[in-house]
Amino acid sequence: MIIFFQHIGQACLKSIEKLGRASLFFIAIISSIGYVLLRPNLLIKQLFSVGVLTFWLIAISGLFVGMVLGLQGVYTLSTFGAESSLGIMVAASLVRELGPVVGALLFAGRAGSALTAEIGLMKATEQLSGMEMMAIDPLKYIIAPRFFAGFISLPLLVAIFSAMGIIGGYLAGVELLHVDSGAYWSQMQASIDFDADIVNGMIKSIIFAWLVSWIALFEGYDAVPTSAGISRATTRTVVNSSFAILIFDFLLTALMFGVA
Amino acid sequence: MQYKWLEISVGLFVSVAIAALFFLALQVSNFSSFQDKGSYTVIAHFENIGGLKEKALVSMAGVPIGRVSSIRFDTENYDALVNIRIDAQYNNLPTDTSASILTAGLLGDKYIGLTPGGLDENLQEGDTIELTQSALVLERLISQFLFNSSDKDD
Repeated sequence: MIIFFQHIGQACLKSIEKLGRASLFFIAIISSIGYVLLRPNLLIKQLFSVGVLTFWLIAISGLFVGMVLGLQGVYTLSTFGAESSLGIMVAASLVRELGPVVGALLFAGRAGSALTAEIGLMKATEQLSGMEMMAIDPLKYIIAPRFFAGFISLPLLVAIFSAMGIIGGYLAGVELLHVDSGAYWSQMQASIDFDADIVNGMIKSIIFAWLVSWIALFEGYDAVPTSAGISRATTRTVVNSSFAILIFDFLLTALMFGVA
Repeated sequence: MQYKWLEISVGLFVSVAIAALFFLALQVSNFSSFQDKGSYTVIAHFENIGGLKEKALVSMAGVPIGRVSSIRFDTENYDALVNIRIDAQYNNLPTDTSASILTAGLLGDKYIGLTPGGLDENLQEGDTIELTQSALVLERLISQFLFNSSDKDD
């Protein structure tokens, strides 16, 4: 019986300890913002591998998510004779929810896992310790540029995702199923509010960017330096970021849209 | 050469993303109608606004000419005090313009329809629209209809 409680206590203490390490890690990243800004080519390299390489995934997924929304939207709305509201449905669901959430989930799968594996392998092959030996702080030189690259890329990718989705909805709804093109755009413009919808969606994506980059880099930095450890850390990155994204999405939606 | 290509692709990526943001702001949302090219505010008292909301459309002859900027309860007259912001280019509305709360479609949003009067003087900033007609409340209409028909039976 006592052993049972001991196990619970151990698990709690371990997770609190991990949270503490993650917070210190985050503070260290934030405090090296000056170092990164003085060396923009470090940041540009990471913007390429984190942002540009995720571009096609995000753009094509966005297009197809929008096209599916268009088809399903016409199918459902036509039972009420309200196909002209298709634009509102597609744009509101993309800008408020699907853009930030699906964009961040894809980003966690594509860029987050790659970051964890990269950092984990650097740790396993003692490249990070090697840098410390040369008096280069790996937190500043390796981790911080990757964090800021992720933090900048995801909101931009989410904007692309939403825009591509709206174009996809147009292709499926207007070109394929002959919803009126004027109604699609004008109804959308009349009911999508810049402050309430687009800015809130962008705030969501910024918070998801922080979560995914933080989790991915910390899991890599904290990984057990073996091949099995790296594999587990990569899995944890995808699982934990997905959980974090969905839970934070609920909280943010409740804050932004829940209380009228 | 390698590094140059890297910079170009990052630059392209960021510009495409900014273009997407502009697309969202200008083509998708009502950001462009936010540009305030000058406007003036008039006041209207309504007995019952029946679900009119802030930012609701104000139209004359079906053309949107302004928006509802705020709705308050007037504790002196016990009615609703609605501030209406009208675009400055429509500055020649007669002072006896009347306002009524209408519904777009059967279940649509409430909006304010203005009907011009005949006086020569124009509405200025801070003026009050005297002639107003409250929103039709469906329950009240139904109860009126029911009571009228039961009266006839007697």
